[in-house]
This record gives sequence, structure tokens and C-alpha cells, in this order.
Amino acid sequence: MLNSFASVQEALDSGKSVSDILEHYLLEIEKNKHLNAFLEVFEESARASAKEVDEKRAAGNAGKLAGMVIGIKDNMAYKGHKVSSGSKILEGFESLYTATAVQRLIDEDAIIIGRLNCDEFAMGSSNENSAYGKVLNPNNEKTVPGGSSGGSSAAMAAGLCTATLGSDTGGSIRQPASFTGTVGFKPTYGRISRFGLLAYASSFDQIGTFTSNVEDATLLTSIMAGMDEYDSTLIQEPQKAYSIEAPKEKLKIAYIKDCFNSEGINPIVKAKSEAILEKLKAEGHEVAGVDFPYLDIMVPTYYVLTTAEASSNLSRYDGVHYGYRAQDAEGVEPTYKKSRAEGFGEEVKRRIMLGTFVLSQGYYDAYYTKAQKVRRLIQDKTKEIFKDYDFIISPTTPDVAFEFGANSADPITMYLQDIFTVQANLAGNPAISLPLSEDENGMPFGLHVMGASKDDENLLGFSAYLMNK
Amino acid sequence: MEITNDLIEHIAHLARLEFNGEENERIKADLENIISFVDQLQKVDTEGLEPLVYMTEEINVLREDTPAVTVTQEEALKNAPNKDSDYFKIPKVLKG
Repeated sequence: MLNSFASVQEALDSGKSVSDILEHYLLEIEKNKHLNAFLEVFEESARASAKEVDEKRAAGNAGKLAGMVIGIKDNMAYKGHKVSSGSKILEGFESLYTATAVQRLIDEDAIIIGRLNCDEFAMGSSNENSAYGKVLNPNNEKTVPGGSSGGSSAAMAAGLCTATLGSDTGGSIRQPASFTGTVGFKPTYGRISRFGLLAYASSFDQIGTFTSNVEDATLLTSIMAGMDEYDSTLIQEPQKAYSIEAPKEKLKIAYIKDCFNSEGINPIVKAKSEAILEKLKAEGHEVAGVDFPYLDIMVPTYYVLTTAEASSNLSRYDGVHYGYRAQDAEGVEPTYKKSRAEGFGEEVKRRIMLGTFVLSQGYYDAYYTKAQKVRRLIQDKTKEIFKDYDFIISPTTPDVAFEFGANSADPITMYLQDIFTVQANLAGNPAISLPLSEDENGMPFGLHVMGASKDDENLLGFSAYLMNK
Repeated sequence: MEITNDLIEHIAHLARLEFNGEENERIKADLENIISFVDQLQKVDTEGLEPLVYMTEEINVLREDTPAVTVTQEEALKNAPNKDSDYFKIPKVLKG
């Protein structure tokens, strides 16, 4: 199976061409069509690119990612190709430019094979909120692949690409990685340009990778990261090429006690995650439980702030300049209202409404400003833990992938999917989900490792150490 | 807090959305639930804390203001649901 860059390079070394590699994936995508992971396969442009990369290889001037075939989440712009953010309101929309992260991969001769299904505007934890249908989890087709980057996780798990891109606002890379047995990495906020990423909540959104190993995540992140004149929120330091180094000395690892004692945690998830901590202890690392009494309020804080930002970001979809327009509306205001009411799905409208509410006169201070203060508190306390510890470990998700419909009745039970992942987005830290465990039925679940802000490289080094043991 | 029909109508107008019949009942119930869920924030002591507004530590990241055509008129109109050769078209505002 060509599920890593190393396996692709091995195939190239044995005489296969990049076009051969691409055809392999196109065939796999066709065979796995029922998963509904891809919204569109860019066959024509991908074949043309593969041919070009083969010519470059023959001439000896191919880029670092020659042979890498990448699927992108349907919320990243790729010039001349459609992008819809899983929404009916953007059906048929074609990008006028390419996202910086995607362009940097292309510049190193990666091939973009298509766009991957996701929850509408990245709002969801199961991919059940896509306007284009649900995505099946290749590990068990009765269960969800996680969300919002569900197409990206499923495509990776089924071997339909060498790597995929996702975006993570509260856990949208790491939770689906946990559910599908893949490596999902969300870098530090500000590490990778958001230019060309269709915005959900701008102070949370971060592009990241799904891969089968930490090495590929490291390579892709090194290439995508770094300053970009189109995103002024980026960390203003030149991006170095990350290298994976095993920890040189004994580490100090924290776990938040409440995470392991939280209600609703599957006993196997708890036991196996604790076993990993025990093993680290046995290897001489310091492992200690820490208090972090904010577990319950993180998800509410996240919902106030992200919905507020979303209500503002999604105001651009007005049915006038691009996207869906209701046919029977008269006048400008009814056109806005009807187009948006018909174009957006239920969860998106729910979040726009909450966001508009918390920003509205009379409620702004009580909800929005309050949540920003709580966010400060969470970031301060997170920084405090990292003064004493190198990493914070928890399970990525309280449980393995759930069945379709299991959490659909009550939005709040779905929101609580993010309970262990959302801290990294609230505080801006890098975090990764590593596929280190399975339950008694062979369903995977991830170990979540969070690093200190900007400490992406050491986090990846430690992750590789955990994976390769 | 109690979510009234008036509040739903007001918020929906601000958001340029509309909810009718059963949809209105559903969004009312959902908002009531979600607002009581986020009301947990009120119990957190945030005395003396400044709101965290910017996630970046960078200050004044500026670039040269260089005039350039980044999107042509043709490109800008490309995805419009209704247009002529020069303009976006909207439904008639004035009747008659």
C-alpha cells in the first residue's frame, strides 16, 4: 500500500513513474467511491501535473515532494478548481487563486488529486453536516469518520492518497484522526498561512495534515509553514526545515487528572492511554498528574467565541457576489435572507444565530467579552503547565468512532466531542493525535499530545519516538 | 434565559436569516439549550483578566502597499449568480 512518502519513493526507485503512482490512487478512489470521501477528483489537472513532474524527474530537477499525491479538504482554494466548504451555498464556486499552503506543496511538485468532503464550513464532529452526504469510516462503515475533516481522515485511512490536508478549529483534524487510526497534526496557531482557507473562526482555524506517520507530517509542515504576506497573523520568523530528533534527555510529561476521570470516557480508552503513561514512566520520564479545573468550561468558551467569529466570517455569503441565490426573492434584503436561509444547513444557521446573539447589543459583555477573558485564563493556565512540563498527554477522544446518528439529536452531546482537543485551539498550542491504540473490536483511538506554543518541532520529535517504539 | 419569538426574530434579522414554522420552534429550543450550556461561563471568576483578543504575539506586521490588479473584473464576476458584462445584478428594488 502506498500510504507514506517512503513507500512512494520506494516505488519510484523501483522504476515506477509519478503517473503510475497517481493512477494507483485514482483506481483506489474509484474502488472506494462508496466511502464518499472525495467530493471531486481532479483527474485532468492531476494527470497533467504528474506528467510534468515525471519530466522534471527525468531532467533531474524535481522538487522535494515529487511523487506525493495529496487530497485537500473542501475548504481550501485551488485556482481553477471548485471549492464549496461542504455547503450548498457555494455549489459550483470556482477558486480565483490558490491557498498559500496548497501552493507551497505544488511548488515542491506534490500533486493535488481532489477535494475531500467535510462538515459544512468545518462545523461538526462527524461529517454528518455536509450538504453532500455522509462519509463512511473505512475501519467500520457503520461509524462516522469524525469531523469536520471527515473526508480527509477517511481518504487517508483507506489509502486513497499519500497524505491529506485538513483544518482544525476545535479538534477537526485530531478527532477524525483518532477515529480512523491516522496521524493528525495541528501546528501552533500562526504556523501555516490561512490565506485561501475558507474561514470559520479566524482566531482558531489552523491548517494541518493527515498522514500515516510522523515523518510525513513533519515534511509537509516544514514546507507549508512560514511567513506569507497575505496572512499578517503568522509567526514572523523564517521557517526552518524540521528534523525529527528523539528526545535527548528525560522528559517531563503532564496529564490533566480530570481528563482521565471525566464522565463518559470509555474504560478501554482510559486504560490503554494510562498504560502508555506508565510505559513512559518506566522508561525514566517524569509523568505527573496536574490540576486544570477548566475542563467543563472549555467547550462553552469555544462555542461563544467561534460562533461569534463565524457569524462575522459567514456574512460574506449574501447571494449577490457569488454562490447560491434564492430564485423567488424580491428586493435586496429578502434576497439576502432567503439565499442564506436556503443555502446554509441547519448546524451552520444554528451557529450563526448563537454568534449573532453573543455579539448583539445587551449580550456582548456578558457572553463575548466574558468568553475572551476565560480564554485568557485558559491560555495563562496552559502556559503555566508548560513552564514545568514538556508535553501534556490525554486521549484524543473519550471514545472510539460512534455510529451514524448517535449524537445527532442533541447538538451539545456532539459539541462535547471536542472536550480534549479544544484546549490547543483556545490557547494556540500545537497538538497531535497518534494512532497508538485499538479497542476490543479493533477500532482505533488516538493519543493526544500537546506541546508548548511554537514548540512544533520537539512535539513532532517526541511523537515519532512514541510511534516508533 | 427564556428565548422569545421576538428575540429570535431580532437575531435572525441581524444575521440576515429567516426561520419559519417548525424551523422557528427548533431554533428557539436549540438556542435555549445552547445558551444555558454557555451560561456556565458566568460562574468563572475573571476578575482582573484582560480579554484575549489576538492570538498572535506579533505587532504591526506590515507590508509595502503596492498597487496591483489582484482580481480582474472578469474574475470578480465569474462566480456571480446573476450579472451582465460589467455588473452584479440583483432583483429589482423599485417596482413599476
